[in-house]
Amino acid sequence: MRLPWRPLSGADWAAVCVLSGGSALALLSLLPEGSPLHVPQFAVGLAGKYLAYAILAVAVDLVWGFAGILTLGHAAFFALGGYAMGMYLMREIGTRGVYGNPNLPDFMVFLSWDHLPWYWYGFSHLPFALLMALLAPGALAGCFGWLAFRSRVSGVYLSIITQALTYALMLAFFRNDMGFGGNNGLTDFKDVAGANLHQPGTRAALLALTALALAFCLLASRAILGSRFGALLVAVRDAESRTRFIGYRPEHIKLLVWVYSALIAGVGGAFYVIQVGIINPGEFAPGNSIEAVIWVAVGGRGTLWGPVLGALLVNLGKTLFTGLLPELWLYALGLLFILTTLFLPRGVAGLWRAAKPAGAAEVTPEMTSADHEAVP
Amino acid sequence: MGKEGRCSFLKKRTKKLLFLRSRAVARVSDRRRGALLFFKKEVLALLFLLFISPCHAEDPALAGLRAPDYDSVAATVTDLAAHRHPRARAIITALRDGTLYAPDEGPGLYILGPAGTTDAATGAPVSGLDPDSLSKVQQNNRVRIAVAGALALLDLSAPDAATRREAAEAMVAHPDSGLLPALTTALAQETDPPAHAAMVLARAAALLSSGASGQSQQAQLDAVAALRGEGNQQARAILLGIPNPPPAVRDAARSAIAAIDLQLRLWSVGQGVFYGASLGSVLLIAALGLAITFGVMGVINMAHGELMMIGAYVTWLVQGATTAAWPGQAGLGLALSVPAAFLACGALGIAIERGLIRFLYGRPLETLLATWGLSLVLQQAVRSLFGPTNVSVITPAFMSGAVKLGGIEITLNRLVIIVFAAVVMLALTALLRLTPLGLQMRAVTQNRRMAALMGIRTPRVDALTFGLGSGVAGLAGVAISQIDNVSPNLGQGYIIDSFMVVVFGGVGNLWGTLAGALSLGIANKILEPLAGAVLAKIIVLVLIILFIQRRPRGLFPLRGRAVES
Repeated sequence: MRLPWRPLSGADWAAVCVLSGGSALALLSLLPEGSPLHVPQFAVGLAGKYLAYAILAVAVDLVWGFAGILTLGHAAFFALGGYAMGMYLMREIGTRGVYGNPNLPDFMVFLSWDHLPWYWYGFSHLPFALLMALLAPGALAGCFGWLAFRSRVSGVYLSIITQALTYALMLAFFRNDMGFGGNNGLTDFKDVAGANLHQPGTRAALLALTALALAFCLLASRAILGSRFGALLVAVRDAESRTRFIGYRPEHIKLLVWVYSALIAGVGGAFYVIQVGIINPGEFAPGNSIEAVIWVAVGGRGTLWGPVLGALLVNLGKTLFTGLLPELWLYALGLLFILTTLFLPRGVAGLWRAAKPAGAAEVTPEMTSADHEAVP
Repeated sequence: MGKEGRCSFLKKRTKKLLFLRSRAVARVSDRRRGALLFFKKEVLALLFLLFISPCHAEDPALAGLRAPDYDSVAATVTDLAAHRHPRARAIITALRDGTLYAPDEGPGLYILGPAGTTDAATGAPVSGLDPDSLSKVQQNNRVRIAVAGALALLDLSAPDAATRREAAEAMVAHPDSGLLPALTTALAQETDPPAHAAMVLARAAALLSSGASGQSQQAQLDAVAALRGEGNQQARAILLGIPNPPPAVRDAARSAIAAIDLQLRLWSVGQGVFYGASLGSVLLIAALGLAITFGVMGVINMAHGELMMIGAYVTWLVQGATTAAWPGQAGLGLALSVPAAFLACGALGIAIERGLIRFLYGRPLETLLATWGLSLVLQQAVRSLFGPTNVSVITPAFMSGAVKLGGIEITLNRLVIIVFAAVVMLALTALLRLTPLGLQMRAVTQNRRMAALMGIRTPRVDALTFGLGSGVAGLAGVAISQIDNVSPNLGQGYIIDSFMVVVFGGVGNLWGTLAGALSLGIANKILEPLAGAVLAKIIVLVLIILFIQRRPRGLFPLRGRAVES
């Protein structure tokens, strides 16, 4: 089948870059200390975190760039995936916790609970936890999306209720009674599948795995978007009513991509937690979701490689800024939002395409549908 | 956080356990000491009877104050007040303040005031006493209660009606049947209605207290009826604690408690409605500006919360300036800050519209992102200018305090905010209905292109609308500065709730915003006692998310062509 998507060719390229870059960093970190090419441990951790964020950015881009749904709540799916992984890592601690209780995680002993809540069953097995890291965000996205798209909630209304969703989850996870560690969240992890999390070898392997997961997400998404479904998706984005009148069901198409995107976000969250070593309800904060949106905007929505680049660039900038000039970071982030939307509506990817002569016809989301409403 | 935090927590816990254990041990030994005291008391009473000799010039009524056991001290205090001892007030006040001293040996009591030492019995100045030979008359809780009761009893005959009422209320809190005769006398002479009511209650409480088993059943039944009429927590507690009541009294008390419970529950719903209306009015005033800009321009302004925050900071600045010029005029500063915040935020809003938002028309989602970025910049700017900590805005005297309306406590600052929100709401409605600008705004809302063809300068209307919405945000900031901390994060706490109001109410008209704000506020406050504050908020959010599925454009959707997009 012919692939009608010029930008998608970038996805393969991005997958190769991510995979080779990630593995190279991982290998170099295993070199002995004194070697000139040695990569320090903190850089491995940072790179792993950025790649996990890039997975989230790809997820946001799938719904915003390709389906025109601006989500302000994708951090919810990311954090749910993270909590699933965190629960497994908590169970892995076993008797090495402060209380040494073989059946209960520390925080439950601390709350003087006498047995494990039912929803913690099974989390001592890695495959189950990985499955839940996909299922939990997927199920939430399925319920939410089914309700929302069926009743044609769209535009800013949808954006705001996604924000309400993640806000409600944040408040819920802050409660101790929920059984997810409350305010402190889950932390103090020891090992994963028997491998010590603090060993350079484990960390290098995790980085390489994260890169692999991101590359897989990119390639799978490219395949999906290149198919007939991808064409329908863009049709829904650009002219939802017209697509409906032709006889398609836009709500089904939106729901599918929404759930798929949530699954990817969940994977990102799982890899994030395992490398950062903590998950707490702060990850649900609405601000985090909006930050993920700006990565996509900076990189360029509507392309698959743009969000990856955007996530890496913005987070690198954040690390540098908050280290050197902490009080200036919020100015920089705020201006990034403003300037990107004003001057770079297509992000860095747009610059790239503008520089290339005779680019394919641009598809502009929202513009077509909102044009007749536009203010002169 | 993490390991260290948890470890220290553990240590604290262990410490606490040890502490509790030591307390338990102490309690046991306390009981033993109690038994010893009991013996001592009997012996002392005997000694007291044997050795009290008329040759001492001391007033016998005061001797009990020197007794080494607290019960005698307490009894003496109550007797002093009940028998209207001429020096009762001075002595009991001195005892309360810890200035009453007894010599280590021999009779006498002295008050060590700032002006010098006086003889407690006569009030005459005394000199030549060795302070080392005196020791303070000690108190325990029992004595303190007796002191409070005695002072209240003395106050019952005070010339000031308010003092008499307060005295009676104090006696309701600590009923004592020994005070009954005094209460009955005072009640017969009382003319002030509130004081009279309080005394009736105090008398009922005393009639039903532990020492009053000799009272007639009819008197006790009357007392139960009086308490039932009062219908508050205190009355309920007294009714619950009647010692060994006869069956008739017990039944009457039971039904009275049931009646009081029902009444209290109704009042608590009423209180919830008031709190809800108060929260709703804050939400209303925060969401009104948002609704205007969203309705007219289809723009969700994520920096709305920060405009509110700036309004609160303007209040702080204006108040600072006016109190510097006219000290003590906090109310004036607040009044001046209303127009100041409106103008400052309105001007800022117009600048935002001209400088940022007009370039993004037709791209509502990107406007959302750009204004979010703006909110970060504004927050950080305020943080850099005024610091990250809270600043204190003074609440003027006429807005502090509370009034009681039946069982509902109405805090004045919240009442003022409800009124303020209503005024803003009415002013905005009038502006939309009665002025040319309002007409143009409604026209642009309904059909932008048609309005432009009719000669309305839509860019100007947009700018003014955004300015108006931002100005109202400033007013919200003034209101919030009176009930919440003013810090750079102020806006964050309100923005999601205000969005919910707009989404719930719809943008068809301002009444939708009013309905949305009030129902959200009241639902929140009614759910709060049932489910806890956080869970109530979560429930309300989930309900809204579900509600949006039924009515994707809110309670009062915009009708007409503009809907189809």
